[in-house]
Amino acid sequence: MSSFDVLIVGIGGQGTILASNIIGEACLVEGTPVRGVETHGMAQRGGSVESHVRIGGIHGPLIPPGGADLILALDLLEAVRYRHYLKAGGSIVANDRTVVPTPVYTQKLPMPGRGELLGSLEGTDLHLVAADALAADAGNPIVQNVVMLGAASSLLPLKEASLKEAVARSVPAKTLDLNLKAFDLGRNAVKPE
Amino acid sequence: MAKRYLLGNEAIAHACIEAGVDFASGYPGTPSSEVIDTLRAQREREFYIEWSVNEKVAYENALAASWCGLRSIVTMKHVGLNVAADPLLTSAYTGVEGGFVVLSADDPFAHSSQNEQDTRRYAHFAQVPCMNPSSVQEAHDMMCDAFALSEQVGLPVIFRPTTRICHSKGDIDLGEVNGEHRTGVFVKDPRQYVVIPAHTRVLHKILNEKQPMVRKAVMDLGYNTAEVRGGTAVVASGIAASYVEEVIPENVSFMKIGCFPIDGDWMQAFVQQHSVVLVIEEGAPIIEERLRQLACGVEVHGQMNGAVPKEGEFSPATVADAMTKAGILPCSPFERSAPAAGLPPRPPILCAGCAHRAMFYAIKRVFPDGIFPSDIGCYTLGLQLGTVDTTICMGASVTIGSGIAHAGETHPVVATIGDSTFLHTGIQGLLNAVYNGADMTLVILDNRITAMTGHQPNPCTGETVMGEPSVPISLEGICRACGASFVETVDPYDLTATLETLKAAKVADGAKVIIAKQACVIAARRSGIRRGRYVIDPEACTACGACLRFGCPAIGRDAGDRATIDELCSGCGVCADICPSGAIAKEGRK
Repeated sequence: MSSFDVLIVGIGGQGTILASNIIGEACLVEGTPVRGVETHGMAQRGGSVESHVRIGGIHGPLIPPGGADLILALDLLEAVRYRHYLKAGGSIVANDRTVVPTPVYTQKLPMPGRGELLGSLEGTDLHLVAADALAADAGNPIVQNVVMLGAASSLLPLKEASLKEAVARSVPAKTLDLNLKAFDLGRNAVKPE
Repeated sequence: MAKRYLLGNEAIAHACIEAGVDFASGYPGTPSSEVIDTLRAQREREFYIEWSVNEKVAYENALAASWCGLRSIVTMKHVGLNVAADPLLTSAYTGVEGGFVVLSADDPFAHSSQNEQDTRRYAHFAQVPCMNPSSVQEAHDMMCDAFALSEQVGLPVIFRPTTRICHSKGDIDLGEVNGEHRTGVFVKDPRQYVVIPAHTRVLHKILNEKQPMVRKAVMDLGYNTAEVRGGTAVVASGIAASYVEEVIPENVSFMKIGCFPIDGDWMQAFVQQHSVVLVIEEGAPIIEERLRQLACGVEVHGQMNGAVPKEGEFSPATVADAMTKAGILPCSPFERSAPAAGLPPRPPILCAGCAHRAMFYAIKRVFPDGIFPSDIGCYTLGLQLGTVDTTICMGASVTIGSGIAHAGETHPVVATIGDSTFLHTGIQGLLNAVYNGADMTLVILDNRITAMTGHQPNPCTGETVMGEPSVPISLEGICRACGASFVETVDPYDLTATLETLKAAKVADGAKVIIAKQACVIAARRSGIRRGRYVIDPEACTACGACLRFGCPAIGRDAGDRATIDELCSGCGVCADICPSGAIAKEGRK
């Protein structure tokens, strides 16, 4: 059995771990085996972070480069940084926004523009999401990660109901409505072809 | 039995309470920290837990509990075991009573570490068993068995997960929590617990005589398995074994080593049935060295002939490459794809409002030609600010500093160390520096907590691991007790006063101490402290770049090269003091 491999990338503090936890819980709901691995410790301090989730995985947690079925990027620059993980014909769901890394200012490094970043993602099944605007619509900019998960949800081999049950298991009860709204707004923003 | 989606360290912690652990101690260190963090947060079983001040202290506490008959665990990262190596080596002689597990988490690729050492070497060195799980489920199951194994052989059992076990997740089958509780009783037995020469010579002999029994007990657990499926074979251990399972062809034999020491007869019988054997293990070639002793003409591939990398961590692709080199696979099933070039890096960075950044800025201003030994913690990121010149191991900022000062170097030495690291192994270095008259300044970056590993409390915090209040230690008192006469405390957010104190230290003689005291900005936010944001007056900003060079992630640049401050700002206000044009002020103020 081959797994459906999802690489979630972003910046420490954006909530990649919550997004991967929700996918993992949804696998539990469906009785599907799952393996994952994530960045902890020092790398979380505003650095580039990655979470691997292998839906149906029964062996190791690491997705090999060229092996991801889907990349979920909470930052557009990070989508480009990890693009080589995508399998031929794979999909990318990316936040249409990037935070300029601090070294660009402190070391005066060139920062690629949006057009350049999108050019680097050519040839993929790319879905761009205005996560900040949708999170604001949902009621709080902090739920961008759940907006993005919702946006990717129709591309995952998991039922919408399982993912929503997983959201309920993974977020504080008082924020459930906010998170479900964020999930729906994201889900409606991406329609698979 | 319940199935849950758990982090490796959470599954390991749950296994401890299933096994009836009575005593847990440790010192935080990535990737091991979440074991104690999980144990302290759970409510299923009550027992004694502490974050100790260092690994040697933690080890000896847990060892004593084991001598009193309790099931005990001590947790640390691999380099922490260097600190605890002294009691480890001799506790193999004394043996244990209650099951005693030494969790030492290795970090291949040094994701968050200063080296890639292999804990299994220590198990071999100390002649104690070692468990090396290949998956989160196996880590759970092994930890359930580790305490009983320790009791059976009367030895500490080393448990060696790696980063990709500790921080892996999976759907995990859990067992029931053990409701049995023990109360420690120390039974005096000087011949076991007092290692004077006459006793220890006997204990050494007993340890050696135990080894065949240890090998059998380890084999009986069933974590070492072998299946003959063809004329070639792969032998693997740890997380690498799970990568092998992903790519190994059906007609290739597979031996998995989960526990050490290895039974040589069993391994030799397997090896002799094959013409080619490939050994795949992250870390040191421990299995490979043993296997080569037994190979008797069988062609062996591994780290020692270059088929397998000697450094870093592996992946399914690494394993496939090694199998290809050894002729076991015709070619790798994984496509080669290179990462995009020329992207700006996004390294970890000190948080917006981190007091360490403010202190490093001040140090650099007063000591532009200084030499800056530093230490292990978030503040190692001061490397990006040019204020970290050395790091070796915990506590070595002070001692490398005093060594440089005594070596005849004429540039001023300013060492930096965090509060937790100072309490870990910095105190002795300061005592030594003061007593021997080293001319240097030690800055203790006191953020009141062990921040980098996940905000564990330490004796500066004023609460124990269980959140109970305790008397916060006085760093000033410790430094004065070490003999230092120049001991000043500053608030790094107060740039003017901090600069003045550094200047005073610069002209004073001997070993000076400055305590830069300001709560970790993350911990402060969690406790409800809100300072209000700072903003830039675009009319006053001259686009000089002084604030950008400060390196705060909240500060950026607009299209006209003028500075901007975004919502990451936590209101430390240091940039307002740095700005030469007075263009930065608290929001709502002019």
